[in-house]
Formats: sequence, C-alpha cells, structure tokens
Amino acid sequence: MTTAPLAEVAASNSTLRAFLHGLPGVDRVGADARAAMLGTRSIKTTAKRQAIDLAIRMVDLTTLEGADTPGKVKAMCAKAIHPDPTDPSVPSVAAVCVYPDLVATAVKALGASGVKVASVATAFPSGRSSLEVKVADTALAVADGASEIDMVIDRGAFLAGDYLKVFEQIAAVKAACGSAHLKVILETGELSTYDSVRRASWLAMIAGADFIKTSTGKVSPAATLPVTLVMLEAVRDFLRTAGRKVGVKPAGGIRTTKDAIKYLVLVNETAGPDWLDPDWFRLGASSLVNDLLMQRQKMATGRYAGPDYFTLD
Amino acid sequence: MFEYAPAPESRDIIDIKPSYGLFINGEWVEPLGEGREKTVNPASEEVLAEIAVASEADVDRAVQAARKAFTVWSAMPGSERAKYIFRIARIIQERARELAVLESLDNGKPIRESRDVDLPLVAAHFFYYAGWADKLSHAGFGPSPRPLGVAGQVIPWNFPLLMLAWKIAPALACGNTVVLKPAETTPLTALAFAEICRQADLPPGVVNIVTGAGETGGALVRHPDVDKVAFTGSTEVGRQIARSVAGSRKKVTLELGGKAANIVFEDAALDQAVEGIVNGIFFNQGHVCCAGSRLLVQESVAGELLEALKRRLSTLRLGDPLDKNTDIGAINSAAQLARIRELSDAGEAEGAERWSPACPIPDKGFWFPPTIFTGVAQSHRIAREEIFGPVLSVLTFRTPAEAVEKANNTPYGLSAGVWTEKGSLMLWMASRLRAGVVWSNTFNKFDPTSPFGGYKESGYGREGGRQGLEAYLDV
Repeated sequence: MTTAPLAEVAASNSTLRAFLHGLPGVDRVGADARAAMLGTRSIKTTAKRQAIDLAIRMVDLTTLEGADTPGKVKAMCAKAIHPDPTDPSVPSVAAVCVYPDLVATAVKALGASGVKVASVATAFPSGRSSLEVKVADTALAVADGASEIDMVIDRGAFLAGDYLKVFEQIAAVKAACGSAHLKVILETGELSTYDSVRRASWLAMIAGADFIKTSTGKVSPAATLPVTLVMLEAVRDFLRTAGRKVGVKPAGGIRTTKDAIKYLVLVNETAGPDWLDPDWFRLGASSLVNDLLMQRQKMATGRYAGPDYFTLD
Repeated sequence: MFEYAPAPESRDIIDIKPSYGLFINGEWVEPLGEGREKTVNPASEEVLAEIAVASEADVDRAVQAARKAFTVWSAMPGSERAKYIFRIARIIQERARELAVLESLDNGKPIRESRDVDLPLVAAHFFYYAGWADKLSHAGFGPSPRPLGVAGQVIPWNFPLLMLAWKIAPALACGNTVVLKPAETTPLTALAFAEICRQADLPPGVVNIVTGAGETGGALVRHPDVDKVAFTGSTEVGRQIARSVAGSRKKVTLELGGKAANIVFEDAALDQAVEGIVNGIFFNQGHVCCAGSRLLVQESVAGELLEALKRRLSTLRLGDPLDKNTDIGAINSAAQLARIRELSDAGEAEGAERWSPACPIPDKGFWFPPTIFTGVAQSHRIAREEIFGPVLSVLTFRTPAEAVEKANNTPYGLSAGVWTEKGSLMLWMASRLRAGVVWSNTFNKFDPTSPFGGYKESGYGREGGRQGLEAYLDV
C-alpha cells in the first residue's frame, strides 16, 4: 500500500486510478471463508445480552418508501425513542433515516431525545442526476435539520473508471453537508466484485466520507457479511494510512438477532473493538428491531412473547 | 467491546469406558500381555481411560483374524463391500457430534476444527472410497486388480480419526482387511470406530484395532503375514519401518514429516494471505505434517504483512478445546510440548527474534502460545527441522527464483502454498516446487478425491483419490 500523501492521490483521474488499483486485491474465496468462519462464533448469555443492547443502539430505523407519510414517520420516531414501551431499560436507537422532505417532521418528532435524523439525498437510490441537483438535495435535508446525510455514489461513473468524477461528487456533497455527517453508500450489489468494493471504500474515504455504507436496500444483494468484512478491513487500513477513523454501515437484509450478532463479531475481530460503538458502526435495518426486542425479552423472562407484543411502527 | 461468554460443547453425549481391551475378530478381547497405558485429556491432564498395550502375541491374533477374514471379504463383490462402507460413512455422520467431542477431549484440538473439518472429511473419505469399491476395474490398474491381503496400519495422534479414515477406507474398498494401531495418546476415536464396525455388521476380522505404543507398532509392521504396511508419522519412525520391511515382499507407503513453504508475493491479496498463513501454521496447533511452517514473504511487503499477521494473531483465542469459540487448543502431550519448547529456545539462541501475542495460558494442561520467529536464516534449526507446533519461521526473498530455491532447500517435500494474484507466476511456481501438494491462494485444504503424499524425506506413496487405490492393489 502506498504511503503517498492522500491529497496528491486525487490530483487526476490517472493518479487516483493508480492508487486504487495499487491496493492489495481481495480473494473472494478467502474473504467468503473468513466471514463464514466468524459467523460460527457462539455468542451466549452475558455476551448475548450485551450484544443485543449494543445492536439496538446501532440501528438506523429506516423508512424509504414512496408511500411514506408524515404520520408514518412520527410513529417511527416514537418507536426510535422507546423501542419497547413496556420496558424503559431498552435503549433508544441511533437514528431514524427518511427522505429529505420528511426530515423536518422527524426532527420535530424526535425533539431532544438524542436520536439523530439521517436523510438519504443525492438522487437516492440511483444517484443518476446532475451534481447541482445532488448538492441541492443535500442542502435541503441539512437545512431542515438532518444531522446525517446518506449519499449514493454514481456507480455508472465508478464502473466506467471515472474515479475522479465520483471523488468530486463526494467532496462537493461533503462540503454541502456542513457539520452533518456524510455516509457514502457504495451499493455493493452493483459493484459486483470485492476488489471494486475495496476501491470504492478507499475512494469514498479519501473524498471525505465519515461513514461508508453497503447498500440502499433497493438492490439485491444488499449487505452481506463478506462485503462488510472487506469494508471493515478498508477502514482499519485507512486509519493506519491516513490517521482518520471512518465508520461502517451495512444496510438491507439484516433481519434477525443472529444476523446482527454476526456483524458485531465481524467488527470485533476485523476493525477491532474500537468500532463497537454507534458512532462508528450502524445497522441499517427496521424489521431487525423487533427481533432484537423479542430476544431481549426471552433472555429476561425465559419465554418468547408473540409478535403482537411488539409494536409495528 | 463484548467478551464472548464460554460456549462449551456438552460432554454428556459421550460415554468413555474406564478401560478398553483390543478389538480382534469383531469382538472386544482382553490383551494377553499385562501392559496398560493411560490416555489423558491434554487440556486438563485428566485421565480419560486406560487402554491395553497389545503384545506381539496380541498382534499375531489380530493379523490371523484379518487373514481369515480376507478370504471372505476379498471374494465379496465390490458392490457388496460398498454397502458396508457406505453404512459406516452414514453411521459416522449420525454420530458426528459424539465423535467430534471425543476427538477434542482426547487430542486437545478445538471442537470447531473436529466438528467442522475432521468429521466431515472422515465421512467424505468413506463415502468416496465406497464409491470406488465396485469400479476398481475402471481405475486404470488393469481389468481386475486384486487386493494385497492384510494391511498393517499405524497412524499418528494429530488427526486420529481422519488418518484412520485415510487408511481404512481405501483398504476396505480394494478388498483388503486391516489391523490398525492408533497412537497411544489418542486411541479413543479408533476404539469408537470399532463399535461403529459392529454397528455396521462388518464381517468379523475385516477391521481389527490394537492399541499400544511403538513396540506394538513395530510388531505389527514386522509381522510376516502382513502384506502391506501403511504408516503416517515422524520421519525417524518412517526410516525404522523402511529398514524393517526392506527385503520383504511387503508393499509400503509412508507419509512423514514436512517443513512446508508458504510463499507470499507482493501482489497477493494480503488480508486473505494472512488468513492462509494463520490456517497454514496454527490450524490444529501446528500439529499438521503439511503445515506451512516456513513463511517466505517477498521483501517489498514483508513489513506490512508481518504487522497484519501480528494484529491477526492477537485475536486468536487459546483455551478450552470444547469451547466452540476456541481457535487454538492444547498441545497433545507433555513430550510434544517439551520438543516445541526445545526447538523454540534453539531459535532464540541462534539469533532469530521471537514474538507471541499476549494470551492467557490455562494453569493445567499442555499449552504453547502461537509464536512467530522473524529474522530467520535457512541455516537455523527452526527453518530446517519439523517443530510440529504453533511456531512459524519467517524468511524473506526478492525474486521468484529465490523463492523457489529457498522453498526447495529442505530435506522435506510434502506441501507448499503460493499467494499471488498473477496466474502465470502461480503456474511457474507450481511446476518448480518439489512438493506433493501445492496450494494456490489457500492452505491446508483436503479432499478425498485429491491425492496426498510427499517427496524426499516426506515419504512415498499417495493417499486419497484414484492414486490412493494403487497402494492397496496388486498392480
């Protein structure tokens, strides 16, 4: 890996290309095997209890549908603050994630609860629009009070090898974010190879991303363990090379407590325990929360309650 | 950060008798000799059971039983023999959990490995060779190859049940009968296998199991009515065996020690290479004859790779072999631990730099932390002798030609690993490395369809695959 100052890396498309293609490759077979092995860790009793609460605190409760209404967002915010109304010891989730036009509603509903508001901007989910529109989209969300912006990269430009274009878009959106945190969605399902995932991760981090995120949730496959493994390796190496810590967010398809715990094990043994914190690792998921609550209650009472004992919002 | 709470596999599912006899002619018999040995759990030093030491007369009984059974077994149509072997394979799968626990208790290897690697491979070997039993005439050894007769097999303690499968499955498929001696420190799964033979209704005498140490093994190898000797173990014992059968008509296969080179080029997928290095030398506590105990890394990435390797080693979990989260278990015996210590001390004395991660060592049992030696020269003992423990020697090279030269500069030649993203370099290397197996971007991968065996002091003959049949056929 080069130790050249990263500022010079983005001088031109060819320097960027040389840098990204100089990163060590990723062997798919090996990466899959490592992720599968970590998935067999057996997490029980106290460790499981701790992991469930940590996972709840890491969730970005998300609704990204065309049919979203202010009412639905308000209901989701209430759930974000008190995921289980019958048990005040359950922590709040990290954030709610909504479309830009619903940011103001969410900010108002969450008040001083400490739950953050994240918003998908930049022509989500395809990213196929002009830079002006993307910046304006971001500015709207930030102006309405979003403290986190989830942007999508231009996968077309990335796959065409136009890395500088992707870099410049991320840098411009980062500038438009002001003090808001920028999460860059790589849409790994469309990048298809792990080599591309690693390159896109580095590209996003060099351009100023605070978080790198796997997916929009609109493309299959969304988050997978091996892809998250590759991204965790990237943030770990980036900290060592550039001295800046970047967070990771797998999103889409994480539905069960068992899955969530596998991700935590991956974080613990790849990037390290420093990343086991909602500031540095998030889970983009909604249906996951109820399963976490159900498992939490099972651990406390020894019995499973039915799904009707947990709220749907 | 969250600590993983202990997740021990239950011992309730297994049943260890306080003492075992010998398995001869389908029956448990008391040994004629007085000798007894104790087998202990290397993780706790707890005595698990007492086993018989078979005397020369006991070995003779077993060989005679096998000789008698040979007439029946070899005359049986291949498709009939296949039924028995398939049945054994299925019973192994059904009893996999029990066998995995037993193996981890007796050997000290992590349950994760006995459960996820050993047992699936054991069953796969029986299934694979069961499939050959009625197809021997299509194996490329002539129209109707004949079995050899009685096979005397001596296996080591590092993969007790897997080595048993490598030996017994092809022998039975070809129509031979067997007298097998497991290692004195790990006999329990072989004795459980004797029960499985009964459960499968295998005709009496086809498989006989005699326990004991070197004396028993020697008696078996020397026995005049043994037609074929198969041995896996140390080069030293292999030499003795080769001497003792020299001039006889016995056929011999030897699978002996190794000092494999794991070669990492600068363009390798480094994170996966690190995993491959860990798997190459710390798998089964390094008790692997084909372990990648010499890491040859290209100088341009040596610093970066070593840093990554040390970081990775710090996450290895050493401890109770029955804990499902344990990565490194116990050293198999006090004697083996002493040998690892002696060679590691020699490494330091010769000037190599020793490093181990901070890792708590249990109070009881035999343990050795994962260890890396850097600044190793080809002339150091730790670069030449097989340590058979979790100790990695790191050497560097600058060009592919130098890598080949150093990799081949060893009395052994069992395996090698090459890590590069460049296919042409991979093929260039593979054709020059003098090793029985060359792994490409992986390490320690086994499959029943793939032949395994060594060059030079790593032995002769092949086990596994179609080639593995040859050792048990008159060709």
